[in-house]
Amino acid sequence: MKKHVLSTRLWHWVNAAAIIVLFMTGLNISNAHRYLYWGDYGFDPKDAWLGVIKFPGWATIPQHYNLALARDWHTTAAWPFGVGLLFIWVAMLVNGHFRRDLTTTPRDWTPGAVISSIKAHSGDAAAQGYNPVQRILYGMVFGVLLPLMLFTGLAISPGFQAAAPWLLDVLGGRQSARSLHFIAAWGIFGFFVIHIVLALIDWRLILEMFTGGRRADAAAPPAPAPAPPEPDAMPPEDGAPAHG
Amino acid sequence: MVDLPRRSLLAGIAAMGAAACSKINESETAKSLFKAAEDGHRITHRALAGKQGLAPEYSRAESSPTFRGNGSVTVADPFYQEQLARGFPEWKLEVKGLVEKPLALTLAEVRALPQRTQITRHDCVEGWSAIGEWQGPQLAALLDAAKVKEGANFIVFRCADVLYGRDYYESIDMVDAYHPQTIIAHTLNGEPLPEKNGAPLRMRIERQLGYKQAKYVKAIEAVASFDDIGQGKGGFWEDVAGYQWYAGV
Repeated sequence: MKKHVLSTRLWHWVNAAAIIVLFMTGLNISNAHRYLYWGDYGFDPKDAWLGVIKFPGWATIPQHYNLALARDWHTTAAWPFGVGLLFIWVAMLVNGHFRRDLTTTPRDWTPGAVISSIKAHSGDAAAQGYNPVQRILYGMVFGVLLPLMLFTGLAISPGFQAAAPWLLDVLGGRQSARSLHFIAAWGIFGFFVIHIVLALIDWRLILEMFTGGRRADAAAPPAPAPAPPEPDAMPPEDGAPAHG
Repeated sequence: MVDLPRRSLLAGIAAMGAAACSKINESETAKSLFKAAEDGHRITHRALAGKQGLAPEYSRAESSPTFRGNGSVTVADPFYQEQLARGFPEWKLEVKGLVEKPLALTLAEVRALPQRTQITRHDCVEGWSAIGEWQGPQLAALLDAAKVKEGANFIVFRCADVLYGRDYYESIDMVDAYHPQTIIAHTLNGEPLPEKNGAPLRMRIERQLGYKQAKYVKAIEAVASFDDIGQGKGGFWEDVAGYQWYAGV
């Protein structure tokens, strides 16, 4: 049994690419009007709850201010992001990933569970399924941040509002939706940083997201020992050349 | 077993990473990808909302205290300025192109048509929004009066303002042209349109972004294709900056 099934791996990398494009084009788009408001309308900086910095070229796609191209990339990458989110949710519900790894019990939210999670993460126990902190963090990303990104993005599209006017009401108006879109983007960025740092500590984790890895908690009886390889195919044990 | 998906995945990721490079922005592949995404949004919006699905309308209490003017906020043309000073007595709105009965209406005639009043939100491509009450006849009524010919696929709006040395224009397809909220507004918040908001007449196409809301409209033209107008991309900002023709996202 693989640690990461193919659907998870496929989604992970497609989504990673989509999110990088969405985030960096999003910063370019933010530069067009660097003020955020609550409610339905907002155009006057003096009504803004937040004035955002001008994001530098190295942080944006394209690397200079170009609203048209940034929007082209943004609204294109939105497709694999949105369809992918639907895909991974269906896949997680069907293959049990959600129930097994992302659901929590009240006990997972106690300080003791958090401390033991952090201790466990550095040891081999990390391989034994998700600890409470992982369940909570991944649950927040899948259950809150990614869907919030998608729904706020749809809500600020004037062509989509006719399909779901209730969405704007739920989110508190178009400028509120735009503010939440910005906040959720930085929430995902925060997760991204933690995720990358922890993965870089053990680079095998990154490799496993390509190969699938092997699940450590195989409860099934151990597989029969593989047949011994042909003597000719045996690699030299000590690294010395096998033949002269 | 593992190698094949891994290799194709790596290749896919490498391609997507490279896609961020600016050179690819100009490639035909990128352009057709953007076009497919844009068409996908338009088709999905229309499928979900229906061709006649309405944009939200607001109450007077929900309106913004003022309505921002953006893009062109004045028109240099002396005839325009002279008409503006006198309340546009000789201003004419033409309906032309692929129509059986070309029209030229005075402002009084536009006001005499059946009117629609709507308090709607204006979303600029830059991100800001303003809410105002607009009044004017539905574009559908004018098109019906002029009897649009078969083969007309788009409605083009010709404007009096000049930006960067070019005449402003915009275009929409027949779905938005016949949408109930698509009106030619002469009134904003109960007053004749101010110059910065497009006096004497501007378009309201409520399911698209601000740059589609052509101001200072002189003529409405039914065409089969906009390939030969401007640089052929269907609008001023589409030509000048490469903005998407479907501005519903």
